[in-house]
Amino acid sequence: MEKKIRVLVAKPGLDGHDRGAKVVARALRDAGMEVIYTGLHQTADMIVETAIQEDVDVIGLSLLSGAHMTLFVDVTKLLKDRGIDNVLVVGGGIVPEEDVPELKKAGVAGVFGPGTHCDDIVNFIKTNVKR
Amino acid sequence: MNDIASNVLNGEPRSIARLITLAENNDPIATDAMKGIHPKTGKAYVIGITGVMGSGKSTLIFELTREYRKKGLKVGIIAIDPTSPFSGGALLGDRIRMTELATDEGVFIRSMGTRGMLGGLTSAVYDVVEILDASGKDIILVETVGVGQAEVDVIKIADTTLVVLVPGLGDAIQTIKAGIMEIADIYVVNKADRSGVEQTVAEIESLIDITCSDKDRKIPVITTVAKENIGTADLLEEIENHKKYLKKTKMFNVQRRKRYEAELVEIIRKRLMNFIFDESTFKGKVESLIDQISKKEIDPYTASEEILGKILK
Repeated sequence: MEKKIRVLVAKPGLDGHDRGAKVVARALRDAGMEVIYTGLHQTADMIVETAIQEDVDVIGLSLLSGAHMTLFVDVTKLLKDRGIDNVLVVGGGIVPEEDVPELKKAGVAGVFGPGTHCDDIVNFIKTNVKR
Repeated sequence: MNDIASNVLNGEPRSIARLITLAENNDPIATDAMKGIHPKTGKAYVIGITGVMGSGKSTLIFELTREYRKKGLKVGIIAIDPTSPFSGGALLGDRIRMTELATDEGVFIRSMGTRGMLGGLTSAVYDVVEILDASGKDIILVETVGVGQAEVDVIKIADTTLVVLVPGLGDAIQTIKAGIMEIADIYVVNKADRSGVEQTVAEIESLIDITCSDKDRKIPVITTVAKENIGTADLLEEIENHKKYLKKTKMFNVQRRKRYEAELVEIIRKRLMNFIFDESTFKGKVESLIDQISKKEIDPYTASEEILGKILK
């Protein structure tokens, strides 16, 4: 049987705008992936525990509040602390260009801002998934 | 026994999660591990939760889990959502109603796509029940996809089956009586703060009176408002009563035996189908037979005998 890519789509922190996350979740489903959508207001702890239980290949974080430098990095740091190195982390939302290099250094492998085509996210995941 | 199996027996979350994935993908490592853990299973009590879309199954599971956690019991949750028949992908959203449970070490939640199975379950669900059972969970809650009328497979796996309905279905209850209305051990009318609840309960009770008058146990109808945690304690008590009834009447072992029968049938079906359609032995043969059927050179029955004849001889 074909192995399916499993993706956790989560919204960390206190940001209530989930339209973008839902659009991406649907695009990933239509690309044949199994998408676990957890909804709003997730802590880094919740996201990492969920990623473990669901054995996902990818975590997709969406944030429009501007707190990505804290909240995205909290997730990648916690993953490192737990010794999880085979999960691809990507992020999306309102992220200024100048923040991208630092996010990548912190372990967010891909950052997708407004105007990104869904196919680009799908292709990025398919190319970079770690197992 | 391989490492992953012994880690599962120790309740290690990452190994539990990994083994579930391997079982879903029909990986040979999973087959070995499943052989190793089976002797350690059978302790967990399995509750199936089925019902129409939007009836509040996930919220009810969240509240039931909180009640069981208060009693110190460990809970495994299997939440099944439909896989798209077109893309093969799935949007698994049952966790949205259970986010508070994500960081509770005594709870393990797994979302699954149906991956082509009809009947409201998914092929690997039997494996996942065994894995969660072996990992030390006391209670396993299996949430089916939102069902229509005929998705009744949950009774093959559950010790107690809850059918969740909502007020305002009206005459619909009459029309669905042939399917999911035959499988309940307990009826739950959720969202009971809505109008029409008395009528819904009355309609269910009249159905019970018609269909179950010869049985020695009357199927209870419980009203709940899951999002406000109203009625959950009563529901828990009725589940406990049903468990006692099963044990007293020896039905418990009969039902468990039926589960293992269903599991065996499913494993044989899966392995046989893989052998014929996925492995190289027959793949070319199957493709050429399909071509021949299209050209009317052979009929489908003769074609099937060409495959089955090779296996059964």
